[in-house]
Amino acid sequence: MIEFIRKQAYLVDFTLSSLLRRKGKNFGLLFVYTLIVFMLASVMLFTHSLKKEAGIILQQSPEIIVQRLVAGRHALIPADYIEKMGRLRGVTSKKARLWGYFYNPVVKANYTVMAPDHLVLTTTEVIIGAGIARTIGLDIGDYFTLRANNDTFSFQVKDILDKHSELVSTDLVLISQKAFRVITGIPEGQFTDIVLSVRNPREVRKVAEKLVQKLPDVRPVLREEILRTYDSIFSWRQGIVFVLLVGALMAFVIFAWDKAPGLSAEEKREIGILKAIGWESGDILRMKFWEGIIISLSAFMLGYLAAYLHVFYSSAVLFEPVLKGWATLYPQFRLVPFIDGLQIATLFFFTIFPYVVATIIPIWKASVTDPDAIMR
Amino acid sequence: MLITLTNINKLFNQGKHDEFHAIRDISLQIEAGKVTCLKGSSGSGKTTLLSMIGCLSRPTSGRVTLEDEILSGLPERFLTDIRRHTFGFIFQKFNLIQGLSVLENVMLPAYPLGLNHKELKSSAQKLISHFGLDRVLHNPVEWLSGGESQRVAICRALINDPRILIADEPTANLDSWLSQEFMGLIDELRQSGKTILITSHDPVVFDSPIVDRIVEMQDGQVVQN
Repeated sequence: MIEFIRKQAYLVDFTLSSLLRRKGKNFGLLFVYTLIVFMLASVMLFTHSLKKEAGIILQQSPEIIVQRLVAGRHALIPADYIEKMGRLRGVTSKKARLWGYFYNPVVKANYTVMAPDHLVLTTTEVIIGAGIARTIGLDIGDYFTLRANNDTFSFQVKDILDKHSELVSTDLVLISQKAFRVITGIPEGQFTDIVLSVRNPREVRKVAEKLVQKLPDVRPVLREEILRTYDSIFSWRQGIVFVLLVGALMAFVIFAWDKAPGLSAEEKREIGILKAIGWESGDILRMKFWEGIIISLSAFMLGYLAAYLHVFYSSAVLFEPVLKGWATLYPQFRLVPFIDGLQIATLFFFTIFPYVVATIIPIWKASVTDPDAIMR
Repeated sequence: MLITLTNINKLFNQGKHDEFHAIRDISLQIEAGKVTCLKGSSGSGKTTLLSMIGCLSRPTSGRVTLEDEILSGLPERFLTDIRRHTFGFIFQKFNLIQGLSVLENVMLPAYPLGLNHKELKSSAQKLISHFGLDRVLHNPVEWLSGGESQRVAICRALINDPRILIADEPTANLDSWLSQEFMGLIDELRQSGKTILITSHDPVVFDSPIVDRIVEMQDGQVVQN
């Protein structure tokens, strides 16, 4: 056992010196490899965290949103629709909401303005998302301005929303219902939509069907539908980028096949010398295996770390326009950092495995040839 | 007899248009503890024969026997073991690993044995010191002169204490003074009981009194034994 460990130590030692002897080639390989891992990991981390974030947020959102349609268009919904819905089995609460979007041309961003009934706010107070506070440079006590109805409305910042989940809260502006009606002109008794909470998730679809039967001019939007849409949009975008990256991945495999095994005439001769002085084919394969492990693991860790910093600390500046889509309207936000084991395993499989296959076959071929034949 | 060759043939590119018969039906016996020189001009098949004796390649037909063990039919794993423990090689162009130091090159054949690093280093240093290379112990081998490189190659060949030393055209890259010095070293190894096989077409080698036996080759055949 001790001999085996010592032997591995010698092989690793020789491998390291081999890597250093061919600095130029190996650093080039490491750079390209790291770049590939970085690109793939960036896309995976970014889309996965967007989906995850959307999932977390929608988990707390109502099961059904009821919108009223007039001539196929979304219209305001009167408060008495709550009574008209009557008693729906499984529904635990019904709430009318007031909300909308406001575009700020100065920072080129859309705000989501809501008027929640559970918060006590005066007509001049506002609570804003962390993204808005960061973009405009506001703090508690400062004044926040909204332009609407050919007028300008000023509010004093009462609080800034928690940074925990920025994807939705980053652009959020919370004001009182009274203020909302003033700036939007929505009359008393009218709301944007109504939200329903359903206790049993299996009954959601049934409740939606009953609702449409009772009130044919409403459209129920289910949480699971929104979640599925998010999922497919981000998966589709991720797929597009992956297709583009397949070319890069293939180029890398060809590059690895050509360069990584170190099978230039000089390096083949080295394998011949090692065999002639008593190294087994297995020793050479193990040595090259260690070489592959050192290069691929270093590239994987460097690439993944760079992707992690790129996605979570620089808002994925390289892939943002492709993956987010609405980046030009949305204020900058930062995703909450996370690491997913399955995702790492997938990436590991798709980057390390092709490399190992591409490198080990030519080495194996050389190592099973007679030393004399290789040296000749 | 230590090594017995029986009806050895070696064909390169067998069955192809450029098939070449390098060794033709050679039978030979090599005694233990002697210096045997395979003499012949370039292309006579000396190196090919030497590589089959040293298990670096296999004969197309015929049998190589080491004492009672038939080597020519052994699987690669066993051949490696024999190469490692029985033979030490000194190549014409020394075949040292560039970029590694003298010490690392000498220790290299012993790495797969998994020996204690201190002990291995100490025996490598002793050998290096014995051959007067202390001064260049940590130098990369590409900095060495031809004579120094060859002494490093000898040290490397001896690190696993082989019974048989095989030297392929060892003086081809040396001047006459260094060639004489090399033969001095060979004499020393012979006196320590090693069996030595040398290929050469250099008179300094085959005219040397150290050489016990000369086997002359021509066109893949033994013409004088």
